[in-house]
Amino acid sequence: MKILVAVKRVVDYNVRIRVKADQTGVETANVKMSMNPFDEIALEEAVRIKEAGKADEVVVVSIGPSQAQETIRTGLAMGGDRGILVEADPDLEPLTVAKLLKAVVEKESPDLLILGKQAIDDDSNQTGQMLGELLGWPQGTFASKVELGDSEVSVTREIDGGAETLALNMPAVITTDLRLNEPRYAKLPNIMKAKKKPLDTLTPGDLGVDTAHRLKVVKVEEPPKRKGGAKVGSVQELVEKLRNEAKVI
Amino acid sequence: MSVLVIAEHLNGQLAGSTLATLGAAKQLGGDITVLVAGKDVAEVGQQAANVAGVSKVLVADDAAYEHPTAEALTPLVVREAEGATHVLAPATTFGKNLLPRVAARLDVQQISDITGIVSEDTFVRPIYAGNALATVQSSDSVKVITVRGTAFERAEAEGGSADVANVDAAEVPSNVRFVDQQLTVSERPELTSARIIISGGRGMQNGDNFKLLEDVADKLGAAVGASRAAVDAGFVPNDYQVGQTGKIVAPDLYIAVGISGAIQHLAGMEGSKVIVAINKDEEAPIFEVADYGLVADLFEAVPELSQELEKVL
Repeated sequence: MKILVAVKRVVDYNVRIRVKADQTGVETANVKMSMNPFDEIALEEAVRIKEAGKADEVVVVSIGPSQAQETIRTGLAMGGDRGILVEADPDLEPLTVAKLLKAVVEKESPDLLILGKQAIDDDSNQTGQMLGELLGWPQGTFASKVELGDSEVSVTREIDGGAETLALNMPAVITTDLRLNEPRYAKLPNIMKAKKKPLDTLTPGDLGVDTAHRLKVVKVEEPPKRKGGAKVGSVQELVEKLRNEAKVI
Repeated sequence: MSVLVIAEHLNGQLAGSTLATLGAAKQLGGDITVLVAGKDVAEVGQQAANVAGVSKVLVADDAAYEHPTAEALTPLVVREAEGATHVLAPATTFGKNLLPRVAARLDVQQISDITGIVSEDTFVRPIYAGNALATVQSSDSVKVITVRGTAFERAEAEGGSADVANVDAAEVPSNVRFVDQQLTVSERPELTSARIIISGGRGMQNGDNFKLLEDVADKLGAAVGASRAAVDAGFVPNDYQVGQTGKIVAPDLYIAVGISGAIQHLAGMEGSKVIVAINKDEEAPIFEVADYGLVADLFEAVPELSQELEKVL
């Protein structure tokens, strides 16, 4: 069985982002970038399935600028077998990404696709679902537990009121929630080995996908700043203020 | 303009998230049609028909939709979206799961989690965990949108008298099967609709100590939430989590106890009207957004808060 994992290079989750002065976007030059945290979880899950003897190959795919190679190498150091980079603009829309991934899936014919549930930059939470629909595959989104059967995969999903379990016929798409696993750190020898693993590069043109945007970004601005208020000296004062000043209790 | 709203419902009740989505639909203007799919949902259909501003309700009552999957609902939604200019669903796990499949089938780029409507094709949505707001203009013929519930005034549940029509189920794919559901049982209000929320973080030290918060919550009629640190440490179940990857809340009052205020947590609660922080670390970032901050040991301050509330409420 083959598993394909899609990873995205994003601004590191610890970075306090800055909006550009001309309101065209967020400053990404000279900012620390890393693999989207949900995608690390996706990759960890794929590697665990392989380590359990249930998969033969884990293919790591990223769509983005040439620097996304580093993100793929990180994935290979975590246990991916080979990489595919689709070299394109860093800000493609989820529908376009889903179409590019569909083209890669058609070339690679994996049995399982694992993606993060959302990228922490655009916060869209769309790509996995769109890909599922484009391929006509079932989806197990926001997965907190994945159990592989012979022709089915059982996915426990985080939903608003708790959890639910679905059985999906394979091939299927899974998107990962934070609770699914704790991703490993790549060890130095593995990072060295990862440099020798194969990495192919494609372009949207090779895959026959049009990358034109459907959404025009009119502007990006900072949200209204909350002004931190006063500190209170005691619980009594707090209750008094909530009651008489803020009038919320 | 013609807006189709996909209703979310639970236990025979139209969800609050649906009313907020209808609030956004009313801001858009035009005819509003609500699609209710489920099993034994005639009553939910009637509730939707009673909502002020709704012009038509479509009810797809079929055993196939008892535990509707995105795969099963997509063909139905796409069929009923014929002629609509906008398709809206709440940005809950229900809407987030379903709508991108609908958008892909319609070949449109979905707009997720909108917090503002500028015009019929231009919308505001938070990106980077709420640290930036993007205004985007769609060139797609149909706008497929999920709506952040806390950002829109809920439509009035009464006062409407829409026509209700039954529609047939659409094709249901056989490649996915519902197995079971484990819902968290709680007497308290649901997090995303609560007027007051008290949340605990790593500083709570263990799950038993959440009883201190529950005690305050009972007095205030509040919901109890948690930071990711508290969930990861196993203090409380996952669905308590407030933040970028959990629930987005905007209550009148949010009390953060033993929560440092990481970016990802702030993303989930910064829209609250009044924020209170109780933390012993006076450098904690949560104090930068708190309207009222109390630097104190939570194990003394929270029981005291409970006693004080006892006196005044």
